[in-house]
Amino acid sequence: MTIFGDPTVWLPIAFAVLMGLSILVYVVLDGFDLGVGILFPLADDAEKDRMIASIGPFWDANETWLVLAVGLLLVAFPAAHGIILTALYLPVAVMLLGLILRGVAFEFRAKAPSSQKQHWDQAFFSGSLLTGLSQGFMLGIYIMGLRLDAASILFACLTAICLTVGYGFIGAAWLVMKTEGALQAKAVRWARLGLWGAAAGIGAVSIASPLVSPRIFGKWFSVPEIFLLAPLPIFSLVLLGLLWIALRHLPDEDDRWTWVPFVGSTALFCLAFFGLAYSFYPYVVPDRLTIYEAASAPESLFIIFVGTLFVLPMITAYTILAYTVFRGKATELRYD
Amino acid sequence: MDALDLSRIQFAANISFHILFPTITIALGWVLLFFKWRFAVTGHDHWMDAYRFWVKVFALSFALGVVSGITMSFQFGTNWPGFMETVGNVAGPLLAYEVLTAFFLEAVFLGIMLFGFSRVPGWLHTLATFLVAFGTTMSAFWILVLNSWMHTPAGFEIRDGVVHATDWWAIIFNPSMPYRLVHMLLASGLTVAFLIAGLSAFRYLIGDRSAGVRAALRTGVTLGAVLIPVQIVAGDLHGLNTLEHQPAKVAAMEANWETRSNVPLVLFAIPDEEARKNHFELSIPSGASLILKHDADGVVPGLNDFVTEKGEVLHPPVAKVFWSFRVMVGVGVLMLVVSWAAMWFAWKRRAGFDDRLGRWPLRALVAMSFSGWIATLAGWYTTEIGRQPWLVHGILKTEAALGPVSAPMVAGTLAMYLVTYLVLTAAYIFVLFHLARRAAEGDPAATRLGPRSGMAKAAALAPAE
Repeated sequence: MTIFGDPTVWLPIAFAVLMGLSILVYVVLDGFDLGVGILFPLADDAEKDRMIASIGPFWDANETWLVLAVGLLLVAFPAAHGIILTALYLPVAVMLLGLILRGVAFEFRAKAPSSQKQHWDQAFFSGSLLTGLSQGFMLGIYIMGLRLDAASILFACLTAICLTVGYGFIGAAWLVMKTEGALQAKAVRWARLGLWGAAAGIGAVSIASPLVSPRIFGKWFSVPEIFLLAPLPIFSLVLLGLLWIALRHLPDEDDRWTWVPFVGSTALFCLAFFGLAYSFYPYVVPDRLTIYEAASAPESLFIIFVGTLFVLPMITAYTILAYTVFRGKATELRYD
Repeated sequence: MDALDLSRIQFAANISFHILFPTITIALGWVLLFFKWRFAVTGHDHWMDAYRFWVKVFALSFALGVVSGITMSFQFGTNWPGFMETVGNVAGPLLAYEVLTAFFLEAVFLGIMLFGFSRVPGWLHTLATFLVAFGTTMSAFWILVLNSWMHTPAGFEIRDGVVHATDWWAIIFNPSMPYRLVHMLLASGLTVAFLIAGLSAFRYLIGDRSAGVRAALRTGVTLGAVLIPVQIVAGDLHGLNTLEHQPAKVAAMEANWETRSNVPLVLFAIPDEEARKNHFELSIPSGASLILKHDADGVVPGLNDFVTEKGEVLHPPVAKVFWSFRVMVGVGVLMLVVSWAAMWFAWKRRAGFDDRLGRWPLRALVAMSFSGWIATLAGWYTTEIGRQPWLVHGILKTEAALGPVSAPMVAGTLAMYLVTYLVLTAAYIFVLFHLARRAAEGDPAATRLGPRSGMAKAAALAPAE
């Protein structure tokens, strides 16, 4: 256990990295399938089936990353887990309701009598929307240091809308890659609009976090940090520009470059995430509890860490297998 | 009601709703593999017909299990932060291993199992089916390890009020784990056996006599008839294990107030905790002593031993445990009667398995379709309410783990969950019978997820890269 030095130092860091990675993977992967749900009312019935087909084989596993993220928070930082989740009690409940609705609607819409299908479609849309809004709301409250005053709630409402639009954006980008014809053309239009929302959201969070926390302000706007961190906002702006150009030229006649919006939006989500992670490190509860203070006993963390080292590569491998098996344009979902 | 009671009800509601679906998927995964294997061996299409119908039930049940499971992972933090703060060093790694070794495995390969049939080689599809079944079972293993540890904690020490793991082998193989795991896996097998038998009998009764229905009916009835006696023995052993480690729970199950010999087996009673006695008791003399000690003179512990001199009650609420236990045993007896009667009718008339079953045995099977749910829930209520007032036996009281959330907040979200769960459970049962009816009517689309279009067919043949 001492091979990497003091385990009470490196284990909390390792788990903070793992948890951050799970949240990032979750936001990108479930982000696109939540986004497809958020875009649902904009499509006609045949397009809805195709949109569902594009995420059908993936959504279960995508949501598992949320279970892993909250699981890591639970097992690695039990003290923080209690503080964060009791503070976010109501939005968590709303998110769970949303996740339940959309997850079951997915199956029910195909199996219930066709007269009920539109109700389950409604449930799929509203569940996806509730999930996106509540996650954005939680992000806002978290950035504001888990305070529940009027200003925080107002800011959280803004982040709720921005994250939802962001999910819609990455969902549209996914559809550009996975569909063709009229639906693809529609998805390009949705992505063009979503791009502005995503840009506004990232901008709002970037301006608000240093303003509410002098500590975060100090971490960004001091020398030499300001120069070392400069690539982050610069790359983000460049990406936004590239995405804007790509979306103006899509869809292409030969269906080339359709992967660009999805890869670009994933990169954008990653940059935004790293910015946030840098701002909050080493705190797991903003300005109150560091990862070292909140961490579990090293011997228990070590047991999980060893398991993770073995299992995470396997999870990565079979996740890649699944995405390879279902590569290409989405086709009708069939059991035979 | 205060926040403690409301939180307990909320947790009970969430976990009760959740367990309905893993109870089905754990065993149904293996049954699906069995159908595939029978098809591979015999080459008879009807095994694939059975597979195609039941894989849809599996997909629906799995989705409900996943989303209700996500709720569970948040409940610890939102309502019971004291649980992880006190025993997180043990519970954490067990939950982490469940997510890492089971959740991802089943969720990723489920996609290939459900939608990959025409996209991957046959062996890979069979492997995916196996890995999904294996994943659900692994998940059951880890969560039952943790649950059993909460009943019979072992392999730990307490430093500054926090539990620290000292021996992982002792933690994983804690005294009640093997019994609880076996009891639960068998419960899953029985739930699926009666669900398959019930829905197949339903299809048969509405006129679907296809070979696929007969094969499934035969599988369900036989599985039920084989597993139920095994379950009765396993349950008895589990009870004896509980007597050794949690005597207060067994005392509540039997509604036995005084420690004594020749304790009767109470068939019916209204236990009264105020008066500390049973009203309207109907019992078999020395029955409980015989069952629990295999001796009429055996001494069985009584509830009054678990009240401290200061009057603090350290035994569970008696009536709830007493009645839950009786519901579970009652349904178990019904399962034995119905499945064995069905087997007996089937053997008696020598025509063909299903024609030999008359209308009434088939109707009884339909009525028993969800009997496994009732027995499983009643069994869990017995053991979980029977653990009270402890959350982790002897270490952490339930009330000490409660979070700071206000009662109205808990009540509001509880109402939301309850409405959602009632609607979804009703929709689930309705859709299962709807699928059965649609399959019985020979709807070709019934084996597919959505309407088929020419474009999709072409795309499926030549997937664009």
